[in-house]
Amino acid sequence: MAGYIVRRLLYFIPTLLAIYTVAFLLMHAAPGSPFVQEKGMPPEVLEARKAEFYLDRPVLEQYVLYARDLVTLRGHSSIRYPNRNVIHDILAPAFPVSLSLGICALGLAVVVGTAAGVASAARPRSAIDYTAMAGAMIGISQPSFVIASLLVAIFGLTLRWLPVGGWGSPSQMVLPATALAALPAAYIARLVRTGMLEILSADFIRTARAKGLAERHVLLDHALRNAWLPVLGYLGPATAAIFTGSFVVEKIFAIPGVGTHFVDSALHRDHPLILATVLLYAALLVVFNLAADVGYAWLDPRIRYE
Amino acid sequence: MSDPAPQAPLACPVAALRPAMSPLAMAMRRFRRNRLAMTGLALLVIVVSASLVGVVLNQAAVARGLPEPYRTPLAGLHPQPPSLGHPFGTDPLGRDLLARTLIGGCVSLGVGLSAAVVSILIGTLWGLVSGYAGRGVDTAMMRIVDVLYGLPYILLVILLLVLFAEKTTWLRMMVLFMAIGGVSWLTMARVVRGQVLALKEAEFVLAARALGSGSARIIFKEMLPNLAGTILVCATLTVPLAILQESFLSFLGLGVPPPLASWGTLASDAIDALNPVRVYWWLLVFPCLALGATLLGLNFAGDGLRDAFDPRAQ
Repeated sequence: MAGYIVRRLLYFIPTLLAIYTVAFLLMHAAPGSPFVQEKGMPPEVLEARKAEFYLDRPVLEQYVLYARDLVTLRGHSSIRYPNRNVIHDILAPAFPVSLSLGICALGLAVVVGTAAGVASAARPRSAIDYTAMAGAMIGISQPSFVIASLLVAIFGLTLRWLPVGGWGSPSQMVLPATALAALPAAYIARLVRTGMLEILSADFIRTARAKGLAERHVLLDHALRNAWLPVLGYLGPATAAIFTGSFVVEKIFAIPGVGTHFVDSALHRDHPLILATVLLYAALLVVFNLAADVGYAWLDPRIRYE
Repeated sequence: MSDPAPQAPLACPVAALRPAMSPLAMAMRRFRRNRLAMTGLALLVIVVSASLVGVVLNQAAVARGLPEPYRTPLAGLHPQPPSLGHPFGTDPLGRDLLARTLIGGCVSLGVGLSAAVVSILIGTLWGLVSGYAGRGVDTAMMRIVDVLYGLPYILLVILLLVLFAEKTTWLRMMVLFMAIGGVSWLTMARVVRGQVLALKEAEFVLAARALGSGSARIIFKEMLPNLAGTILVCATLTVPLAILQESFLSFLGLGVPPPLASWGTLASDAIDALNPVRVYWWLLVFPCLALGATLLGLNFAGDGLRDAFDPRAQ
């Protein structure tokens, strides 16, 4: 197990390097200059600006220099926001915001999805089952921005229970986290329900009931532990969905996270910021994928990672 | 799986009465008996035919030299709520929302379909080669898939869309189609590879090899027919994800360029027009209903296909 984790950690480096390379090449293939909006600049100033962002050097040298700035965490000043370092001034304050929102949404999706799945599998074809599955249908059939807007319209503007935007207090986190969690929660509920129904008809469940085990133990300790395995397999894609979904949700709720920088930096050709943001997201997704795989091995003793 | 099972000899009376069913026919029978899956299929048929009718009507207007309904502003004050003349109402620019929803359906469905086609072509081939070759080739090819999985795809799509921003609508749409298709084959590659790894050990593959079949023959003639169900299921479940991704990009302003519409751009425009004072509910409700019906239909049909092709489901 420890060896497996170490080996997976060793894969981090080539994976991140490849992602950095693809992002760098795409960035350079895109037409247009980062300075296109700074019109009427004297040629000397333009040259100096280009030199500041290594743009006067060969592409290979730019590739190495940007990588050095990122790896040493020294960062580089942003093109769009002059005098602001992309790591220290832009991403460092925004990252905890996006991370806490993402973790809250992921936790919410797992808890709500699992609970809904278990409840509907425990009483199939009951009112609980139909309600939970109808909710899951809404979750998988509408884009997150529609769900977010509906939540704002209902709980923010009509009922006035929760704030419609901003960041800082826990109540401001409820609506964005719900909007982000809707799709993964719906998938998890369906996965858990299908898995539970299959396992509840297995022989060892009949044995467990026959020996007089409380229904709660049968459902949670015997059935859920098996039925939860597909969910772990889905956690990687779920994390990706939540963190990329945050681009949209952060925009709707005016949350000062990393998501807005991701899209804007690409649109404005802010090379240092693009590379730093891509690497940040890539590292995040790789770490969460590893955590999901380790959880898989921990929950299912049949899986051995030699 | 594709070849019909050989007819049982007539000595067995039951077999004489009922001809043996091919696995495909049995899967189709299981699918037809699944009420949810058939509901999904019916939803899909309705939405797809409505979108096609919309395009036909639009082309008919063009042929008669009339303005195209989806892009032509009407006279009067707008947006108007649904009425007999305009069942879905009109948008803030005075265009008929029914025509726009139907045209948008064609764009959204086209995005989904192209993603499915790309994932079938690239994903299947990638998975087949990777799983069959094994060892170093397998590791290398799957590592590439892992890396592409880790790459936040939105950046790729944004850069590709910006690259062609100045070009024609059709070229930009092609890029959008390819960009979404280009990231949706990864799941297919993983699923197919997993199946190939299992099939590689199957006895009929050993038999084919013993008979002297080459790798290409084993892959395409022996393994591919056995993968048809898996590929079909995976492709069906790719379509709703691609449609959702398109709507996500539309919200970021990277969807199809106006005046063309997709369900994503319609919903996104409706949300921009949303305000607490005047509620233009029809702008949001109709495109979202169409989107929801399609996604539910695809998910139900996909789940039904999976149950139908799953050998464990009797």
